[in-house]
Amino acid sequence: MADTTGESPVQARRVGDTAIIYASDYLNKLSGERIERECKRQLEAGSRALVINFRDTELVNSIGVSILMGVIDAAEQNKARLIFSDVNSHTANLFEMLGLTRHVSLAKDEGEALAQVAPQKNAAGT
Amino acid sequence: MRRLVAAFESADKSAHSIKALMETNTQRLLHTFATLADLGQEIANTADFEEMLRNSFHLLLGSFAIRRGAVGEYDRDSGQLRLIASRGLNQSQNASLPISTEHARELASLGSALSLEDSTKEADRFLEDHREAFAGAEINLLLPLVVHERLIGIVLLGEKATADKFTDEDLEVLRILTRHIGVGIHSHRLLEEIESKAEENRRLYDGLRTIYKETVHAFAAAIDIKDRYTQGHSVRVGKYSEIIAREMGWDDDAVEGIAIAGYLHDIGKLIVDLNVINSPDRFNAKESKEMSRHPAAGYEILSPISHPYADIPLMARYHHERIDGNGYPDGLKGDQIPAGAKIVTLADSFDAMTTDRPYRKKLALADVLEDFRANTGTQFAPEVVCAFCRAFLKEIEGTVKEQKLIKLLGKNYEHVERVSPLLSQMISDLDGGAMAAGAR
Repeated sequence: MADTTGESPVQARRVGDTAIIYASDYLNKLSGERIERECKRQLEAGSRALVINFRDTELVNSIGVSILMGVIDAAEQNKARLIFSDVNSHTANLFEMLGLTRHVSLAKDEGEALAQVAPQKNAAGT
Repeated sequence: MRRLVAAFESADKSAHSIKALMETNTQRLLHTFATLADLGQEIANTADFEEMLRNSFHLLLGSFAIRRGAVGEYDRDSGQLRLIASRGLNQSQNASLPISTEHARELASLGSALSLEDSTKEADRFLEDHREAFAGAEINLLLPLVVHERLIGIVLLGEKATADKFTDEDLEVLRILTRHIGVGIHSHRLLEEIESKAEENRRLYDGLRTIYKETVHAFAAAIDIKDRYTQGHSVRVGKYSEIIAREMGWDDDAVEGIAIAGYLHDIGKLIVDLNVINSPDRFNAKESKEMSRHPAAGYEILSPISHPYADIPLMARYHHERIDGNGYPDGLKGDQIPAGAKIVTLADSFDAMTTDRPYRKKLALADVLEDFRANTGTQFAPEVVCAFCRAFLKEIEGTVKEQKLIKLLGKNYEHVERVSPLLSQMISDLDGGAMAAGAR
């Protein structure tokens, strides 16, 4: 719960060095920027993987997509894995169509996302 | 038979492919529509131009999931493209970009996007000059923002997240989106120009008002110099009028106007014989007749001038009218007399009675107020007398910040607080009458 801007906080939790961040029902400029800030904060705090959970997200607009591109950049710069979980089919199709899935993995749920992160850690010798 | 099955299978696959393509196209179209709808809302945001431009730019990036890019506003005067929003560029790439007039003209006439990969047109010389910088920033598409054949900005874009090249359909969508952004910038500039012109006009108007007020003050001084017994009279009448009008709830502009009317009310005296004005005795009939010319003469002097306040000439003309119709020059009665003139009348009388004249000394304050009381409803308007009494009492009781009226009376009037009971009584007596007059 790291948002320090005085806006409604973004839900987030840590599982080891993986941060799980929960997106709101409508990913637009306002909520997108909160998520971006939280992702950057988690990366600065040492998270090696980010999971953005879209379980509550009904809609992602263009600014939301643009912000997610920024999160992808931030994750790449920090050499961190980025996984989107619990994405509904409409949003998954949108991500697929726009090419986001070339840069980020989709996972059915949080468990699958965490499982995707784990083998990489092992492979990296951690 | 095998061939027939294979043919059916092939047809089925094609149908699935076409269906998938149609679904993707439909989704693409819906996403573009949604972006356009959001963009329309952003463009309408005139409160914060840079915020509008940033959001519009991010909508554009998000519509194609473009990783990096920038949007800049072109300033013709400085010949610079000032980047307002960017994503994925480093700080040194976030500054500004010089664009010569020639290049700006070429970009404006282009009418399409410029691709770094296949720039072959003559107009692409701009790209050549900046190719290295764009390549370093991984920018490969430029979209000039053009309104009324003028370059007003540029959108710089990197590759799509799909890594596919921009298709003709993509470029058409981008052209529509950037046109919206261009119109947004253009509208903002128009608004700025209008605001700047309005500000300039306001300054000019304020300057003219200052000149007007200084001229009025000069006139007031000229009027008072002519009459050596009433020096400062016009200015004081202006200030008393201002105090009364404010007490009556007039707005700032009207209060300023009544002060001006007070300064100028005796301007007609400029045409009155100097010997009459400076006569040490009370006027005889002939002198009175000569003197009574001044309100109408004042009106004639002031009428041709375009005053920034209403009814200044009328206030000069009617400041010797009386409620009972026995005044001059027109013998107007009651509500026929403008409210401003009624105020100036009282202010004029108050100053006349509270200053020494060649034929008598100034009156005691209580006597002045008794005179007002005796002549309310005949010479003076009740609502004006009441407002005067209220303003005076407030100053005595210290319920207002400044003692303007008491200061104008000067040191010659000590213990003004002694008239408080009389003022209270007059207010009490007049309140009903004044209210009734107001209701009329």
